[in-house]
Amino acid sequence: MKQFKLFWHKPGGVIGAVMLLVVLFAAIFAPWISPYDPYERVQVEADDILAPPDSEHLLGRDDAGKDVWSQLIHGARVSLLVGFTASFVSMFIGTTVGLIAGYFGGKLDNFLMRIVDFLLVIPDLPLALVIIAVWGRGLWKVILVISLLGWTYTARLVRSQTLSIKERQFILRARAIGANHRRIIINHVLPMVLPLIMAQAVLDISASILAEASLSFLGLGDPTLITWGNMLNFAFERAVSRQAWWFLLPPGFAILWVTLALILIGTSLEEIVNPRIKSHHLFNASRMVSLILPVPPSAEAVKEEP
Amino acid sequence: MLEVRDLSIDYLSNGEPLHAVENVSFKLERGRSLALVGESGCGKTTTMLSLLRLLPAEGRIVSGQILYDGVDLLQLSEREMRRYRWNGIAIVFQGAMNALNPVRKIGDQIAEAVQLHDRLDNREARQRVGELMEMVGIAPERARQYPHQFSGGMRQRAMIAMSLACNPDILIADEPTTALDVMIQAQILDLLQKLQSQLGLSIVLVTHDLGVVAELCDDVLVMYAGKVAEYGDVDTIFNNPAHPYTRRLLEAFPDVDSPTSTLASIPGYPPPLDKLPVGCRFEPRCYRKSELCAAVSPDVLEIKPRHFVACHHAED
Repeated sequence: MKQFKLFWHKPGGVIGAVMLLVVLFAAIFAPWISPYDPYERVQVEADDILAPPDSEHLLGRDDAGKDVWSQLIHGARVSLLVGFTASFVSMFIGTTVGLIAGYFGGKLDNFLMRIVDFLLVIPDLPLALVIIAVWGRGLWKVILVISLLGWTYTARLVRSQTLSIKERQFILRARAIGANHRRIIINHVLPMVLPLIMAQAVLDISASILAEASLSFLGLGDPTLITWGNMLNFAFERAVSRQAWWFLLPPGFAILWVTLALILIGTSLEEIVNPRIKSHHLFNASRMVSLILPVPPSAEAVKEEP
Repeated sequence: MLEVRDLSIDYLSNGEPLHAVENVSFKLERGRSLALVGESGCGKTTTMLSLLRLLPAEGRIVSGQILYDGVDLLQLSEREMRRYRWNGIAIVFQGAMNALNPVRKIGDQIAEAVQLHDRLDNREARQRVGELMEMVGIAPERARQYPHQFSGGMRQRAMIAMSLACNPDILIADEPTTALDVMIQAQILDLLQKLQSQLGLSIVLVTHDLGVVAELCDDVLVMYAGKVAEYGDVDTIFNNPAHPYTRRLLEAFPDVDSPTSTLASIPGYPPPLDKLPVGCRFEPRCYRKSELCAAVSPDVLEIKPRHFVACHHAED
């Protein structure tokens, strides 16, 4: 895990980490730092409805006269909770399925991978809509749906790695020692795929956050909770027609902010785990020995030749 | 202690069985060492892996017995077999770098074997790891390091330490010195010899190096294309080889007494497994072949007590 120290040398990763810390801070301390309690009932006057930003309400008020800034801060809680939990669950399922399919191979592998293909082929959003329509709405149901649909890519990634790891000699040695399959998978295969899973997990959190926002925006989230997706949903229905940009834009930017943060972190981790993503010898034409198309000589080289 | 009788192993290639090992028999007694020599691809490693029942998925043991203290290992269930692995028979693979997991500490990997079989707690296991590492001449503190922090020779020592973790009766050393330089080779072989006399191990040494065989081993089994060519004690094999292949093999090895003489080589290649000759498998490359050799595969005969040869012209 020493290699992850390199993370702090990647500007993108550091920026992402700082951006994520800001959101984490907001989520954890939301009740203390938000100026108003967005869950509180408020008495409103006609002027308060969709009031534009002023010194008391930094981002104005929504259609119920509530402070948008406070809602935004509280929304971070749900987004992060959904993002982390759903991606943890889907990473767990994906890793388990990938390890089992890759390690044992054969019919079991075929069976599991066909399930993966099945889930990959059906577009996620319509499937999520159907499942939620059947199960009913609720925060934990949303988390479950997102994780059940999100593990397939991880499963494929882990499976392909496992396929190559299981052929290595230390696996044979572990069997010669008398280790059973469970022990070999946990002690020898898992540590080899772990860095990859960690990088993938960070990217998966952002995908989960986006998925939650989409579901909420479509009105399939938990309507009693303040989430960025719900805010967008309400704003889209009630505020856009009255040009209340202060209600629509902030949750959008918040989602963008946190996804961007996670993607910056995730890609930096990926580059560390797999340095070839950043520079592959084939991408660097000048250093290649042979190319199908010859590299044209640079202007200086042409001049030097008599 | 270990007796292999008529062991035959097939590999399935596109559904077709290829006879990788046929009718191999040998015996290993306690405290003795057996050398398994032969060209690459003649079934040495396959035979060794089958002793632990660790053949790759395509491999099938089609017939024979592997008797370990009278128990036929081939009749055991996978669960029972696991108890014999490492406790009874341990193996040192060729190329220690590949046999160590690069992302786990050396000490943990050695401890794995101890914990699996002897159910020691962490502290006892660490202590045992320390003892084992001292036994092979590595400072016990280095148990906390990773394989890439070890040199090639140290990795092979660590592998040997690991193989001794459960006090096995039999140690299979599959080309333990390949990819090591000559000095380190000598060290590793000395170590094996020392450990053998200290612990009363029986060793099966798979090797290409006939010098090592003469130095270290009591018995020699020469294999050619999956079959036994000649089997006997080291004196007989080196001084009175009866099989033409063994003779050629010995001639192809430099002799310190006459360093200027040219080395012989055996023309041709071992036959591919899908095109095995009908008769003797060495016949196409043999200098003493006759019509009989091309037609009939010779049986392994005991021409003198404890000297087995598979050649029609062994007595000539």
